[in-house]
Order: sequence, then structure tokens, then C-alpha cells
Amino acid sequence: MSTFVSDFKERAAEKTGDLRLRQFIRTALRGYEVSRDKRKGAFQSWESARQAAAETKWEAINHLDTHLESLVAKLEARGTKVHWASNAQQAREIILKIVTDKKARSIIKSKAMTSEEIHLNHALEEKGFTVIESDLGEFIVQLRHEAPYHIVFPSMHLTRDEIRDLFQKELGDAPSNSPEDLTMVARRVMRQKYIQADIGFTGGNFAIAETGMISITENEGNARLTAALPKTMITLMGIEKVLPRFSDLALFLPMLATAGAGQPMTCYNTMYSGPRQAGEADGPEEWHVVLLDNRRTELLADAEQRDSLSCIRCGACLNVCPIFRNVGGHTYGTTYSGPVGSVITPHLRGLQDWKHLSNASSLCGACTEACPVKIDLHHHLLQNRRNASASQPSFFERLAYKLFGIVANEPRFWWLAKKIGWLTQPLQHAIKSSALDPAKAWTKTRDLPPQPRESFKDWWRNRK
Amino acid sequence: MSERENILGRIREALKVSAPLPGTHGEPVATHTVAESPTSHAREWLPLVGPSVEAQFDLFARNCADLKAGFQLLANRDELKATLAKIATAEKWSRIASHDGELSHFASQSLGLPVLLTDKGYDVQALEKCDAAITECDALIAQTGGVVVTSRSTGGRALTILPPHHVVVARREQLVADLPAAFALLQKKYAPDYPSMISFITGPSRTGDIERILVLGAHGPKKLTILCF
Repeated sequence: MSTFVSDFKERAAEKTGDLRLRQFIRTALRGYEVSRDKRKGAFQSWESARQAAAETKWEAINHLDTHLESLVAKLEARGTKVHWASNAQQAREIILKIVTDKKARSIIKSKAMTSEEIHLNHALEEKGFTVIESDLGEFIVQLRHEAPYHIVFPSMHLTRDEIRDLFQKELGDAPSNSPEDLTMVARRVMRQKYIQADIGFTGGNFAIAETGMISITENEGNARLTAALPKTMITLMGIEKVLPRFSDLALFLPMLATAGAGQPMTCYNTMYSGPRQAGEADGPEEWHVVLLDNRRTELLADAEQRDSLSCIRCGACLNVCPIFRNVGGHTYGTTYSGPVGSVITPHLRGLQDWKHLSNASSLCGACTEACPVKIDLHHHLLQNRRNASASQPSFFERLAYKLFGIVANEPRFWWLAKKIGWLTQPLQHAIKSSALDPAKAWTKTRDLPPQPRESFKDWWRNRK
Repeated sequence: MSERENILGRIREALKVSAPLPGTHGEPVATHTVAESPTSHAREWLPLVGPSVEAQFDLFARNCADLKAGFQLLANRDELKATLAKIATAEKWSRIASHDGELSHFASQSLGLPVLLTDKGYDVQALEKCDAAITECDALIAQTGGVVVTSRSTGGRALTILPPHHVVVARREQLVADLPAAFALLQKKYAPDYPSMISFITGPSRTGDIERILVLGAHGPKKLTILCF
């Protein structure tokens, strides 16, 4: 068994045993569901909006080359420097070079999952740069030296008391455990850091091919400050983030807010089309945009699952997933967790190492129903299972199905198997989930239904 | 070969195989040629907005209340001046920031306080010490309770985000019904030479990162007040 799957199982067992945490997460996500349903209800037709959003992303992804060329041409025409990175290492090198050339000391970051994907903070800190996460949730998990728990709510697993203790220990400043006081501590800490930072680093939510803009969605204003004050701005974004038209945002911005956080609109939705332009008061002198592939083109090559590149990272599928709710975000051991993470991680990091995530699903389809861009998530999980067993079949599974095939195709064998099954039933109960049970992994948490003495066929034949 | 060509090459290679349209489970299609963009009917699906200006102002006011943004519909410039003075006294403003503009000039000068104008460059520490920013806007959006600002029309990028209280002064005719109308307005006003930053502000800065409890003023303004006449 690979360490990825044993780690997953170990963490899952530990987290599902933590009833306090499970209750805490459930309460938070129930609150999300109530506000999301209210906002969805305010749409005249959420379903039509979903279909249009799915078709728009389909159009963008299936003509990705032309949209990217248009985006880049427009960005470059206004003085933005665009870089292309095929993998995580290239992206880190590009960013390190910019930061080194600028003789930067401190880098202020607004939330970007792509930077988690390429482990950027570690690479920068290793070279002696100071990196400050400015999003409150990201700041909290950075102080704890851990990965975000959720792609939209990074610190949702922590209570106010834990955050107070953390601030007291790391910052020496925590007047009380009230969220208001704790947020103001972070605000105070961060204010001067924005002003002193040499580099502002952001992610991107949408890239507009038509106008050459990158749109950033946030509630706190930290990305706005990050893109306003430092002299150099760097934006790292996956190549799949394109939308064809400026006006598409009129639909995508409220949909992202509704699906992601149950808000009508996120507080700040900001479109950037260049560094500071002639006649403008402020803004970065240089803007570097790094476009990241990192095996997205492999996902693109799988036409069956291509629609998973439509993902706008709203987190709606995580919020409704019964597996995510119980095992939590850290158990996955991936940048992107929950259903969409389980679908795309095997493509991004290797099918055989990560195929176990396809089984971390009840196939209830809640994710597919929640997805604002209609990604066929639960079917993709099944396709990953199929692809994994086709490319590396298990010897025992094949043998078992072969034997089953022989027995099920021959009435005499079938009759014999039924009799043996009925006779050995008491034995099965005796050894169930013990070391002697060959099907221990399965029977540990499940009961076989009792096998009746008489089968339907026997009963039919013998009926009066 | 450059990485650009490598990545574009892989994309073109991948796209040689067609994918089915979303929501169909159907046959793959090579190109999706639609006469109009899928989002061109967005207005019919987004939250409903009434046709009359009165209804739209009612909706804007309700949305502002939900967002915890201040909103006042005033009769004329004299009322604007009086309202601003009241806020300035209540919050003990000692210095404010603003930008060039007929309306912002009138509003910021009416208080008799020192005014930092950001348009031609400014000292960031001085802006950080201002008690409020008074700016104009490009549009008010009834559907969301939001305001649109840009780096060109409202004094740069930092003015509308750094000071703790952002006061927007607007004229009644700046209200648009919905998001599609706001995007159309921006396109008409600026295309193809857009300001380097366009921001849709919907309520004061907020976070729910601690136990999902709403706190205003995470990093941006704690207060957003919209004064319209």
C-alpha cells in the first residue's frame, strides 16, 4: 500500500473520531447552506444561470489556446510582463528571479491556491525572504505552519479560543477571544506590512480574454491593498482561469459569491488590466503575471473529464460533501481537497498514488448538484476508479471476479455456493473482523445480511 | 522552444479530441458555435430588479442595510454638506483624503478640514493617517447595493481601500439597475482603454474567518457610506 493511501486512512480515522471537531464543522457548514439557499433563491433562475456558466466555461476551455493568446496580447500591450511555467519548479524559479532582481526583502501575499500548489512560501523562505499571508484565515494557518483546511475558509477548523492562544503565543497580542478583537489584531499587524512590502503577490479568479484583465474576488480588502501599495506585483494563475468576455463577469461574480460563501456578491471584485498607467495616482510600477500549466494540459487531454478545468474554486462541492465534512480538509494531503480535489489530484499528481481519493466518496452526487459550473464530479470519480483499475489491475480482484464469473455461470456451482454459504454462516459470524477473516477490511464496518435457508428460486419451485 | 510555445502546443494537441457539451452526457462536439454568448441573457436569471427608479432605490437601500453599508438619499447639495459635517463631527475627523472631481471637490472642501489629494501622487503614510476618504464613483448598482470605482476616476487604487471610512458621493442618475448594466456602462465609457483597476465594492470590508462570525473592517474600510442626491 502506498504511503499516500495509508496516510489518508490514518488521518481519516483520527479525524472522524474527533466528535467535537465534526460537530464544529457541521455547524459551520449548516450555516453556509442556509445562506447559500437564500441567495440561490434570490436568482430568477439559478439553473439557467448554471447552464450558461457551464457553457461559457466550456467555450473558454475548448478554445483555450486562442483565449490565452488574446489575454496575453492585451496584457502585454499595457506593459504587463507575462511568464509561462510548465510546472511548479519553473513557476518557483520565475518568481524567485523576479524577487531577487528587485532585491526584495518582504513579500505580502493575498490568498492564492496556486501558490500552495507550487509550495511557494517554502521556496521563498528558504532563500531568506519574509512572506506574509494577508488573508486572515491564511495568516492564521501560516502562524500554525499548516496548510489551509478549506480552499475558501482556510481556518474553519479552529475555534476562537485556539486562535486567541495562537495570537498570544506568536504575536503577544490577544485582548480577548472575540472574533472582532482578534480580527483587529491582524489588521494592526498587517497595516505597516503592506506599506513596507516590496512585492505584492496575488492569485486570480478569472482572466478576461477579450479585455486582458485579471479579476480577483475577496472580502477583506487585503488583495486590493496588495495590488495597490508595493512597487512590484506578481500574479500566479492557472491557465484554465480564462473567460471569453468582460460581460461574462456579470454572471460569474454573483454565482461565485453565492456558491462559495452564500453571499449575493463578494465584497471586492476587482479587475486589473496592467501596472500603474500614465496619469494614474498609484499602483505597482511592474506587474508580472505567471501562467501555470502544472499538468493542467494533461487534464485537458482527457476529453471525458475536461470539464473539471471549468472549476472556479468556489468550494461548494467541499461544503456539501459527506466525506469532506467528516474527514476534514487536511486528511486529503492535497492542495485541492473535497470532491473536485479527488477528481483532479490523480491527474495532477499521478493516478496510481492518488486513486484512493476516488473511493473517498459515497457517490451521492451532492457535489455535482452543488457545482455552479455543472462539473460532472461524481461520474469523474467513477471514471478515475475505472481508469486506475484498467491501468494497474489488482491480481486478487481479477482472480475473485474470474472465480465469481465461473460460479455464477454454472447453475450447479451456484447451487453449491449457496449451500456452502448458508452452512458457513455461523463461522463467518464467529470470525467476523478478526485476524482470521479474509474480508476483514470490508466486514470491520459492515454486516452481511443473513442468508435465508431457502432461495427465491427454491421457494418458487416448491410453492403450492 | 519557449515555454509559451510548449504550453500552447500541448493545449492544441489536447484539443484535437472534442468534448461533450456540459449537462448533456452526449456526443462530443468539435466547436460550439452559438449566435450569442451564453451569458447574454444573464439579466433574466439574476435576482430581480424593479423597473422604476423608485423601486431600484428601494432595492439599493435594502441591499445596503443587509451589507451594513450606510446609505442616504438626499435632496440637494446643501443636505449633502450638512450630512457630511454631521458624520465628520460624530467621528471626530481631523484630516481626510479625496481626489480631483467636481463633486468630490465640493464634498471634501465643504468640511474645512485638511484634504490630501491623491491624484498626482501622495505619501502613503499620510494617507494611512487620514480618517476618511471621500470619493466619487462610476456607478451604483441597485441589484447588489454595490458601487463601482476605478484607478482613473476615483483617485487611484489605495484611496478607496486604505482609510477606515470610505464615503462615496454620487448623483441619482448614476444608479444602474443590475450587474449587466454596470458592465455595459464600463465598456461604453472606457473600452478599449480601461483604467488599470476597476473595483466593484459591495459593502464595507469584512471577514468571517474566525468561526464564520462576521467582522467588519478586516483590512479595508470598516465603514462605507453612500451619499446620493
